[in-house]
Amino acid sequence: MSTPGPQETIEMALAAARGDATVVIVESGVDRYLRWADSALVAAGDADEYRVSVVSVVGGRVGAVSVSGRVGRAEIVDAVDGAEAVARQAPPAPDARPLPEPGAASPHWDDPVRPLASGVLAGLVEQLSTGFARADRHGQVLHGYAEHRARTTFLGTSTGARLRHDGSAGHLELTARDGHGAPVWTSAVTDDFTDVSVAGLQDDLDRRLRWERRRVDLPPGRYECLVPPSAVADLMNYAYTTAGAGAAAQGRTAYSRAGGRTRIGETIAGVPLTLRSDPRAEGLRCAPFLVAAASSGARSVFDNGLPLGPTRWWEQGRLRSLVHTRHSAEELGMPLTPLVENLILEGPPGGGAEADLIARTRSGLLLTSLWYIREVDLATMALTGVTRDGVYLVEDGEVVGAVHNFRFNDSPLAMVRRATEVGRTVPTRARDWGDAVAHVAMPMLRVPDFPLTATTGAV
Amino acid sequence: MTTPAPAVEPGFDTLPVDDLADAALRQARRGGATYADVRLRRVRVLRERVRDGRPESSQESVETGVGVRVLVDGTWGFAAGVELSPGGVGALAARACALARTVRPLRGEPVRLTAEPVPAPVAWQSPYEVDPFEVPAAERTALLADWCGLLRDGGAHLAEAYLQVFRESTVYHDSEGRRIRQRRIWLHPMAFGFRIDAGDGTFEAMRTLGPPAARGWEYLTGTGWDWAGELARMPDLLDEKAAAPRLEPGRYDLVIDPTNLWLTIHETVGHATELDRMRGREAAFAGSSFVRQQDVGVLRYGSPQMTVVADRTTPHALATVGYDDDGVAAGSWPLVTEGLLVGVQHDRQTAGAAGLDRSTGCAYAESYRHLPVPRMPNVSLCPAPDGPDTDELIGRVRDGLYVVGDNSFSIDMARVNFQFTAQRFHRIRNGRLVGQVRDVAYTGTTLDFWRSLEAVGGPQTWLMSGAGQCGKAQPLQIAAAGHGCPSALFRAVPVTDTRTGATG
Repeated sequence: MSTPGPQETIEMALAAARGDATVVIVESGVDRYLRWADSALVAAGDADEYRVSVVSVVGGRVGAVSVSGRVGRAEIVDAVDGAEAVARQAPPAPDARPLPEPGAASPHWDDPVRPLASGVLAGLVEQLSTGFARADRHGQVLHGYAEHRARTTFLGTSTGARLRHDGSAGHLELTARDGHGAPVWTSAVTDDFTDVSVAGLQDDLDRRLRWERRRVDLPPGRYECLVPPSAVADLMNYAYTTAGAGAAAQGRTAYSRAGGRTRIGETIAGVPLTLRSDPRAEGLRCAPFLVAAASSGARSVFDNGLPLGPTRWWEQGRLRSLVHTRHSAEELGMPLTPLVENLILEGPPGGGAEADLIARTRSGLLLTSLWYIREVDLATMALTGVTRDGVYLVEDGEVVGAVHNFRFNDSPLAMVRRATEVGRTVPTRARDWGDAVAHVAMPMLRVPDFPLTATTGAV
Repeated sequence: MTTPAPAVEPGFDTLPVDDLADAALRQARRGGATYADVRLRRVRVLRERVRDGRPESSQESVETGVGVRVLVDGTWGFAAGVELSPGGVGALAARACALARTVRPLRGEPVRLTAEPVPAPVAWQSPYEVDPFEVPAAERTALLADWCGLLRDGGAHLAEAYLQVFRESTVYHDSEGRRIRQRRIWLHPMAFGFRIDAGDGTFEAMRTLGPPAARGWEYLTGTGWDWAGELARMPDLLDEKAAAPRLEPGRYDLVIDPTNLWLTIHETVGHATELDRMRGREAAFAGSSFVRQQDVGVLRYGSPQMTVVADRTTPHALATVGYDDDGVAAGSWPLVTEGLLVGVQHDRQTAGAAGLDRSTGCAYAESYRHLPVPRMPNVSLCPAPDGPDTDELIGRVRDGLYVVGDNSFSIDMARVNFQFTAQRFHRIRNGRLVGQVRDVAYTGTTLDFWRSLEAVGGPQTWLMSGAGQCGKAQPLQIAAAGHGCPSALFRAVPVTDTRTGATG
């Protein structure tokens, strides 16, 4: 039995549908990854994914079913029937409305899904092999992970939308340890690993290992910190994924004000920071249309296919937009700004590189990454977590030693309010919650008075 | 326990699994594999969220596929796909072998698996009464809407109810002759109430304490937890919490309820005794452990009142299975006995690399697409036979806190420095509860904390709880682990104010 392709699956499902409106989403892709520890392979994997999701609307009620695996005609019809059966039993959906008017179909709709180049990790194996040998010569071991993920998303609706997005993402993380014990870390984001130099990353790690040679003990307290792009990404992911306008207007987020109002219009950053999304941003491309296999607070199945464009969440330090569904935008009478799957934080033009910010620091700490970040207080967005793989003491513009790790307690919103300097924005990936928003570009931030509430000897 | 006829998975139970597995194992052998396993897995998930009685989100998903893992020249290779035909799984085996050869230059020591018994072909299923996937969607939604109604009627300004249900079906075959079929069900219902101050817009939230459980729909209707009773009490507790005073930071005696203590056990004992973390296999991501292999039998982990067991056999616990994803039978073993570290947890490859004879049976992969990795079993603190009840423990405290319900949790990479909050901190004065305090966290370091354990409650205080969403490995995998514990009394634990960060 031959299995229908994505486009054929969508037509079959829509032909079988009897509901008032139907959305069919097909996601097809491959993950390839390598994992190593102590300069030896831990795991290597190569995994296909194929998922068909059906959303049926019957009388303003919703049923959503997703089937992943081998999906033939019988399974497609079952999924459509299943979604309709759920919809008939469901209470009315508060966000019900007609699907968006479809625009032009994606010009590459009919193209076959590109198979993943089989050699995507082969070149990396060679680089890593060389890297392991170099580490061994210098009395180091390497730990790390490399992943390449390709996904093609097809979206078809009973109102005629035929939209497609071909996305891919890759990243490499590298940790080094030498005889002195404390590990150091760096990472790179890439599409296909052809632009990643393991040797270049090792040069950076060697520099950090030299910083580790002089150990300094510091008590807990408030310190001026240089927060690097990966750590800023983790903080901004929180600020973005909790930025639902509906929830804010209900009074249950850090963006709420009394009386069903939100903080839109308030100046929230101490420096002119702009937080924005743009599905067509170079190097950070994501789907330029909304895809929702199920609704959530920030996304409605009724908005499937909605075109997405450049959106400014913060402009020059002022909160400009929160994340809307069409339902919340209409209910609150606000401009429609739907969720976009990438995120960019920028300061004024001319932001410096890490070295420039270090050079301008009289006394402070340079961080490497943040870890085990958890919400402590929804009302203030207070988070706790620990620093990881490198806290460096900077004095008079130079790194003069390495400090143990700390626990921190602070809110991303409080941090940007205190921020005094913004570095150059670069593509990165959040270390702790990297899957929350896959495509991000962030700057280093200078944050005075960062509350480091406890020390830890853990590495 | 009434267990109905085994839950049926149409389209999975009827797969020609022997033919598929044979095709994969044959192709693996042809590709040079000295060991291979084949895991067919279907995971059926239901997620539903109702907000203020109205549906916000609901989705049923089914994921079916097969993963083939091979050892070629002592190097792992793994390929996973969805084409469930002999040709399709054979091709996966060939891909896995090719990948193992590609990455061979990166291999360190060859992989060594512990020798384990090969059971006769076997089937296992977790016990439940009512299959949650057979409950009509309208009935499910109506129950969650009722829960919101109970919170709203009691005075909560906003209410939200959330349910997730998992049914995992696995067929496992390997080149050593294991043939295992198993199915388990677990679910986690929860409800949240919000209280919003109309004047200044501030708000406070509270979540139900009912734990996730490997049970069926009966768990939402009265078996194993009193949801209606808890939801009826919550609004008043939420009001009290919103109006509660702050607490002067400092050291306080804590009586920790099982609804909070389970998570502290998970973070400070469960993860710390994973042998792969101890050996640095997770050092770049999930983290390491302060525990070293040579600490077993030597390290004073806690006071003599601390006895912790690991198992994958307790009924209704989240990590309970018949066999792990290496095909090793579930068992139980001690981790800490009267304060002394006596055991750790691992799978075949981790135990083999460490020179141990046998695996504890902790291999698990989230889905067909994921490689099995060592995952936490049920890790539980034992009660004291004839031990005190919770009130009696509270009665022993002059100035302290009774800590109820897990909330925010964070711990460092080596499982030493932690900070935990709770749904509720009740002030204890002279052995009595005198109202809640707010914005509190308890902090500390693992060994200091467990050495401050003065008393554990009796079996009447014991509750099986657990973590449904524990993350580990790259690519990140989610697993569920059960944690049973009694109420327990800890002396002089550091307590901080989460608004000011003050540590006292």
